[in-house]
Amino acid sequence: MQEFVEFTLGGVAYGMIYAAIGLSLVLIWRGTRILNYSQGGMAMFTTYVALIVINHTGNYWEGFGAALASGLVLGAVIERAVVRRIENKPPLNAVIVTIGLLIFLEGLAGIIYGGQFRSFPPAFSIVGLTLGSTALGISRTDVFTAAAVLAAALLLAALFQFTAVGLRLRATAFAPNVARLLGIRIGRVLTLGWALAGLIGALAGVLVTPSTFLYPNSMDSIFVLGFTAAVIGGLESPVGAVVGGLVLGVVLNLAGGYLGSDLVSLFGLAALMLVLMVRPSGLFSTTAVRQV
Amino acid sequence: MTLARHTGAAVLVAAVLLVLTVRLGPFRDYQIAELAAYVTAVAGLTYLIGLSGQISIGHGAFMAIGAYAAALLLLHLHWPLEAVFAASALAGAAAGGIIGVAAARLRGPYLAGATLMLAVALPSLADKYAGVLGGDQGLSVSISTPAFLGVSFPPTRWLAWITCAAALITLVLLANLGRSRIGRSWRALRDNEIAASLSGLNVARMQILAFVISSACAGLGGALFAVVTDIVSPGAFTLALSISLLTAAILGGLGSLAGAVWGSLVLVFVPTYVQDVATSHGLSSAASSNVPIAAYGVVLILVMLAFPSGIQGGLRRLLGPVAPAASAPFNLLRRHSPASEHQEEGTQ
Repeated sequence: MQEFVEFTLGGVAYGMIYAAIGLSLVLIWRGTRILNYSQGGMAMFTTYVALIVINHTGNYWEGFGAALASGLVLGAVIERAVVRRIENKPPLNAVIVTIGLLIFLEGLAGIIYGGQFRSFPPAFSIVGLTLGSTALGISRTDVFTAAAVLAAALLLAALFQFTAVGLRLRATAFAPNVARLLGIRIGRVLTLGWALAGLIGALAGVLVTPSTFLYPNSMDSIFVLGFTAAVIGGLESPVGAVVGGLVLGVVLNLAGGYLGSDLVSLFGLAALMLVLMVRPSGLFSTTAVRQV
Repeated sequence: MTLARHTGAAVLVAAVLLVLTVRLGPFRDYQIAELAAYVTAVAGLTYLIGLSGQISIGHGAFMAIGAYAAALLLLHLHWPLEAVFAASALAGAAAGGIIGVAAARLRGPYLAGATLMLAVALPSLADKYAGVLGGDQGLSVSISTPAFLGVSFPPTRWLAWITCAAALITLVLLANLGRSRIGRSWRALRDNEIAASLSGLNVARMQILAFVISSACAGLGGALFAVVTDIVSPGAFTLALSISLLTAAILGGLGSLAGAVWGSLVLVFVPTYVQDVATSHGLSSAASSNVPIAAYGVVLILVMLAFPSGIQGGLRRLLGPVAPAASAPFNLLRRHSPASEHQEEGTQ
């Protein structure tokens, strides 16, 4: 029983990170119908920015802020410089362009920072918490991770639901042409969407890197799991991304804990296929079933 | 008629390759062999995406299956090479059939996600069953040049010959398939699934068939890759390989076999070329090993911006008035087409 609690809570902490990556993918998918394969690369890059700031100032929170700010800027710059040029091309071109971006960012990080593994400091202590005499399998940092992603998700939800900017974002995702006719500057809205996705991705990067080390490919496997989380939840739904991340995190941690770490990714595949065979567009899909 | 034309073209290419392999040194022969392995896998993938309209980001997994099948057969049963290649293609086809059944239910990014996870998950089997599959070390594959060529015959030239022969046979078969009733059916369901279904096509069956044929090519490509690189290990079949195959297919021009060759050429030669330039300009080792990666990323982006329908599409546009065949709308790769979007979301 105690093991079960440990594995589950640890899974929640990881799951929230997958949820953050999934959330950033959903933001971009809803806005531009593009799957951003460079999301992990962007997060890796902003984490390097954070590391440099931390090493320079000795203050974790300045690095944290620098990562989020650079994520915001990087997302906006990529949308303006590259993504805008492929909007009316076949959708598969966008796949290759974002993969190209990923490869470029990883190469660039290698050129600037070298390929060696660097450790990245956690926000708080990584000593396991206990409840009475029972170990919970999570640390203060894990709690912070889950809380930070949850806060970011709630802030995003509030932004979408209660502000004029959020209404524009939703209108653009829902019906771009009508939104344009109603006077919304679609270009700016899309840039904002990418910037927000960059910010959420940067958050995930800073939160996960203490447990993975930092190197040019460090976010690849996290990205795959975040993508899987978004697909499980249904790419249309931000709530789905969070739920998908949690499901995936808990399933993988339980599988890894009880059955050994060899087969963790196979269990990820099994979970994904199981969900997709029952609901081909993810758990939270709202669109009608395609009938042929 | 078509069969004769394709076979004729293949014989011509084979003659050119024969001369090339004899004239070039061992390293170039090795690169040609590597190229042939990639072309075989990419050709199958370009048909899957370009003709049948399904995406796979996990084709490296099918290559791994073919490669391991080849290694096991060569190691334990000592089968002749052509039988090994055929068996590898069959192994790939069988795996493709299983995945294809699931894939026929999925569309666009959901299929992309499932195949992506397949590419990540499958290599971990090699660690789990280390006794049979050799774990991280992998299995070594060695083939010998046949006796009738003499002892001094360069082994890389023999490698280039057998891989190019397998690749050319695959290309001829695929070219004919693309012109056949099956190829036309794929195009029909790619362009409009519902219309194809109303015209009496069994959409799911055609989609599964596309997956089977495409992964048979990947399995064969994997076997070729195994004999070229001498070793089969999980490290060779990473997500990066799967993504390389996808980029080669799209970069070359989807649905076009010539495009598959262009894409594979980029895959094999651009990184080594940039590496040579980088080292000759005296860059540090960290930079010179990463500059090719960054440059490859930039090449991908630029080609997609300059030639939206790939290299082959760009060549067609530059060289002739013929309308590009592979630039048909790929709306079906999205979850739903923009036209139906408002309707569907309006019914929430």
